[in-house]
Amino acid sequence: MIKTDILIIGAGPTGLFTVFEAGLLKLKCHLIDALPQPGGQLTELYPKKPIYDIPAFPEVLAGDLVDNLMEQIKPFEPGFTLGERAEDIEKLDDGSFIVTTDQGTKHHTKVVAIAGGLGSFEPRKPPIPRLSDFENKGVSYMVKNPEDYRDKDVVIAGGGDSALDWSIFLADVASSVTLIHRRNEFRGALESVDRVKELKDMGKIKLITPAEVVDVNGNGHIENVLIRKNNNPEEDFKLETDYFIPLFGLSPKLGPIANWGLEIEKNAIKVDNSLDYQTNIPGIYAIGDVNTYPGKLKLILCGFHEATLMCQSAYQRIHPDKKYVMKYTTVGGVTGFDGSRKQAPKAVVRSID
Amino acid sequence: MNQDINITITDREGKTHQVLAPTDMAMNLMEVVRSYELAPEGTIGICGGMAMCASCQCYIKSDTELPEMEMDEEAMLAEAFYVKDNSRLGCQIPITSDLDGLKIELAPEEP
Repeated sequence: MIKTDILIIGAGPTGLFTVFEAGLLKLKCHLIDALPQPGGQLTELYPKKPIYDIPAFPEVLAGDLVDNLMEQIKPFEPGFTLGERAEDIEKLDDGSFIVTTDQGTKHHTKVVAIAGGLGSFEPRKPPIPRLSDFENKGVSYMVKNPEDYRDKDVVIAGGGDSALDWSIFLADVASSVTLIHRRNEFRGALESVDRVKELKDMGKIKLITPAEVVDVNGNGHIENVLIRKNNNPEEDFKLETDYFIPLFGLSPKLGPIANWGLEIEKNAIKVDNSLDYQTNIPGIYAIGDVNTYPGKLKLILCGFHEATLMCQSAYQRIHPDKKYVMKYTTVGGVTGFDGSRKQAPKAVVRSID
Repeated sequence: MNQDINITITDREGKTHQVLAPTDMAMNLMEVVRSYELAPEGTIGICGGMAMCASCQCYIKSDTELPEMEMDEEAMLAEAFYVKDNSRLGCQIPITSDLDGLKIELAPEEP
């Protein structure tokens, strides 16, 4: 069981900065994120895009902002549970919580801070009738273990990097790989597009474009997919396959958090913005894009502010008997849990003879 | 002087709304839909207008001349669902006086 003071759900910019503010108060943080790397949308969606409204940064790339935050919080040694989604929450009699992920990892925490942004990133599922009936029965939305596909017939749909990259990879593993895309053009790294063309010319990947899968069939397990070429139902044909992997990227979904008994409004969690961004459940806070209150703005800089106030409230909840006054880092410096110490250099006072 | 233009928007429930959109606020079509709350928050404009999701996909129902699609929009529509020949991403269409009389229908929300 992982133990921590503040469990932060979501490792985007707001969640990461929470580690810093909590660290100043000597509170330890652990973060859960469904993505395999920290940074949230900034890393997943637009690492190379510039952001212009971070105070004191006239321009900063989203990826660099995350790198800077990781550097800033390093002294406070945050723990990470990455690639797992927070699934269940249980409140114990002493007011603490146990949060369990979809993979069964348990976290025992005094305070929960939901910094979930738009939600956890989940594969986009194409609206094909009965597709869900074949999930894990030949249909999957990500490649977890490539060996599952050894010497099998595989159909991949999609036109982005993941569709291209997995087609390339599985071309050497599967007995056949068919890549289906709605357009003749692919949106992916040039090398990947070139490599797919090579493999196609070598006969190792079968390319069907412009086309899409419109139906799936099978008896218990998937047996074939119905392919529509040129958007023309008259050209429909069946293709036998052992596996069908639609790869259409990720989109954020609020997910299981929506069932935690929190007050939800406009797909966001209602919080008390007059005080500390606490939800209707004492001990659970919601900060950043995931929350809502009158006048809410979904901006990174607002998330930073919310995280700071939330940490003060969390401190009082964890240490109800302790007195605390906020200290400026210019005065108090930063003392990391790793023993590191940053401090403003002392001005030397010397008399002039 | 900049004037407001008329746009007709059919929401995902099939209800049609006549709205006024300002041409001097650097708004795009997705933002107009959000400002009138014609689709619930969190179901439209999810990526914030970067052509990185298709939550603002709409069908163009009038023969209004629109700005040409750029690469980003074209690529996103190639990955989107419920795409038709008249599909566009609202976030990639800036509101200008040329759009007066535009009629659109919001595409269904993705599953």
